[in-house]
Amino acid sequence: MPKLTSVRDLEELRREILSERGGEDPNRLWIAICAGTGCLALGAGRVIDAFKAELEKRGLAEAIEIKETGCPGFCEKGTIVVVNPAGICYLQVRPEDVPEIVEETIQKGRLVDRLLYEDPITAEKAIYEDQIPFYKHQMRLLIKDNIKINPKNIDDYIALGGYRALAEVLSGMSPDEVIEVIKRSHLRGRGGGGFPTGVKWEATRSASGQPKYIIINCDEGDPGAFMDRALMEGNPHSVLEGLIIGAYAIGSSQGYIYVRMEYPLAVENSLLALEQAREYGLLGKDILGSGFDFDVRLHRGAGAFVSGESTALMNALEGKVGEPRPKYVHTSQSGVWNRPSCLNNVETLANIPLIINSGADWFCSIGTERSKGTKIFSLVGKVNNTGLVEVPMGMSLNDIIFKIGGGIPGGKRIKGAQTGGPSGGVIPEEYLDTAIDFDELTNLGSMMGSGSIIVLDEDTCAIDLARYFVDFLCDESCGKCVPCREGLRRMREILNGIVSGKGEEGDLDKLEEIARLMRAASLCALGRTAVNPFLSTLNHFRDEYEAHIREKRCPALVCKPLVSYFIQPEVCIGCRLCQKSCPRAAISGEEKEASVIDQSLCTRCGVCLDVCPPKIRAITKTSGKSSDSHSSGMRNANSGSSHKASRGDRS
Amino acid sequence: MVDREKVLEIIEGYRGQDGILIQLLLDLQAEFNWIPREAISIVSEQLRVPKSQIYRIASFYKAMSLCPVGRHSIQVCMGTACQVRGAQKVLDLTGSRLMIKPGETTHDMSFSLRRVNCLGCCAMGPVIVVDKDYHGNVTAEGVDRIIERYD
Ligand SMILES: Cc1cc2nc3c(=O)[nH]c(=O)nc-3n(C[C@H](O)[C@H](O)[C@H](O)COP(=O)(O)O)c2cc1C
Ligand code: FES
Repeated sequence: MPKLTSVRDLEELRREILSERGGEDPNRLWIAICAGTGCLALGAGRVIDAFKAELEKRGLAEAIEIKETGCPGFCEKGTIVVVNPAGICYLQVRPEDVPEIVEETIQKGRLVDRLLYEDPITAEKAIYEDQIPFYKHQMRLLIKDNIKINPKNIDDYIALGGYRALAEVLSGMSPDEVIEVIKRSHLRGRGGGGFPTGVKWEATRSASGQPKYIIINCDEGDPGAFMDRALMEGNPHSVLEGLIIGAYAIGSSQGYIYVRMEYPLAVENSLLALEQAREYGLLGKDILGSGFDFDVRLHRGAGAFVSGESTALMNALEGKVGEPRPKYVHTSQSGVWNRPSCLNNVETLANIPLIINSGADWFCSIGTERSKGTKIFSLVGKVNNTGLVEVPMGMSLNDIIFKIGGGIPGGKRIKGAQTGGPSGGVIPEEYLDTAIDFDELTNLGSMMGSGSIIVLDEDTCAIDLARYFVDFLCDESCGKCVPCREGLRRMREILNGIVSGKGEEGDLDKLEEIARLMRAASLCALGRTAVNPFLSTLNHFRDEYEAHIREKRCPALVCKPLVSYFIQPEVCIGCRLCQKSCPRAAISGEEKEASVIDQSLCTRCGVCLDVCPPKIRAITKTSGKSSDSHSSGMRNANSGSSHKASRGDRS
Repeated sequence: MVDREKVLEIIEGYRGQDGILIQLLLDLQAEFNWIPREAISIVSEQLRVPKSQIYRIASFYKAMSLCPVGRHSIQVCMGTACQVRGAQKVLDLTGSRLMIKPGETTHDMSFSLRRVNCLGCCAMGPVIVVDKDYHGNVTAEGVDRIIERYD
């Protein structure tokens, strides 16, 4: 590869790439196949192989390019294949479908109907991305190129105008001017805190001490968020370009990418991106002949949520245990090796080239009063269209969940949404209409966090969810400060008691007292925000806490020790499927006679309910006082919660 | 016995760089599937860092293991998205089929079971990863079928 020594070289290279790729021929056929972690898990690798073999077989391998791209976000419907230049979007493609796509669409120019998106209500088909509701209501600025780019090839990024922002910065802007533009754009950090990026850059620039460090935070510890993965593995150069611009602005010569090792593909693609950028001279000495030197190292995280916190992450970069240190002095003054350091989230940096290219005013025209631009959310949980959605700040959760997400599966009722991960809270159904941005979410007792939205349906128990997060954080707390370490353990103990029917009056007061203390006295934000899942569920679902404590009843029928399973003798046909699949052999009964569950052996794993044929539905799940009456043979008891076997969703 | 040459080779790759201890231990973990005591001694000797510091790091991080693991590693995602779609049930079933708890290895050293927090493919939860293969939308019946494939 030639080293680029000027901005003109870069433009020259872009022209070359475009003409080599038959830029003049708009009819050139090429096929984009998502090769992100999600689709690969669904078998995209086999689909890619099948395409290669099929094109080879038909002698088309030379003429038609197959591009293994990043993740466009519609993970629910993987493997995603887009036939270009028309942009025909095929969903849930399997290797068996490939010959038909090649024959019909590629060779004869016809559609393969059954692989198109079908509206679940109107049954109308959609051919192109922008006709599919999941995409239609989004505003995709950051992830739009993922499906057009092979992240392993820098030329793909350059062909789409990549590194133009860097060229502009290096050829005509002073660092102060760059900072000024970012400040005027009001870009706020996407890593959770929402701190203004321009202000952070300015603070690091004016801090004394050399060298200065700039770091990409791709630790993405929030379990349920994967937008940083999609960007880092799907379009790594867009993040890298943002990093280089940031480095120039703050005056840094050494950068780091911190990626969690649970994302092997992101690690691989980042390393490749660094290597290719270096070969083109976009990293290293005298970048594009500007006299600016900058290089980047990659550091893999080793599986610790707390290491995503800024001071902890900086400890890890020094090779020390990744636990936080007190922030008496800000990391912009004294971070890695006590030098001025600036930590930015992946998505924050991916916004930088856009702002430089299109201007701060354009960026400010998107979003709400105090939160500008778009935000990528990971829409997961009990929702039909799971995946990544990028929308302008200020869209309501309802619109995201229903218009884009297509609502709740299995005809269930929505209960709320959990945002902000382990530091966030639950927003109940009544508030889902609020326009969401950094401040509104905080007002609702939750937070933006990294942008995960976990949709909860009526089968989710609020207390179980709070317990889940406390349990998660208990494992993840580094143990350095007492309020967080001990507070979380005591909270876990009490919540475990409540969900197993041992809750007592006064438990809630105790929990609230611990929460107050942790909020005031923990060393880092992990401990200070750890109480949010509990407080928000208590605030909105106090009646559920009380049902667990006073009536030993789980209204959502989730908490195992509080539920029991029964077979209705008049409904059961004695097929014995449940007997065969019960891991504890707790079910007995002759063939063609009603089976019976031995409650003393039953572990409430619920497998019997899963396997009972949908046509029969002989198994009931109940909680509360009625469960005792059931075991003595009574049926149709009305007190307590109960509902029939339902398996419309995948719970 | 651990292959001393291999350990030295991994250390050599980082010569002259600062702050590499975590990266180095991750490489050892990838090479041996766990971090043997002898390897720790060699690192300590070569880099002149106290063993206590190495153990502190190795015991802090989830991705590092200080005891040998089975031929196949099974990771069950317990991230929030998987959790609300029934990951606990999948974990319980996997554990009861293998008759081990998370963090343990079967007697015949064929499987190790681990919980992980989010693998980034939440749209397909619950997710199990066996060795390097991802399995999405895992159901109760699916667990058996997946395990059988690796027996
Ligand atoms: C416990 C904890 C975990 C965090 N994990 C992450 C993370 O995984 N990714 C991230 O970008 N920020 C994370 N943060 C926030 C970072 O400390 C930091 O604010 C952020 O990376 C700054 O980038 P930004 O200004 O671009 O948002 C975490 C914070 C805490 C307290
Ligand atoms: S929560 Fe399981 S993959 Fe994200």
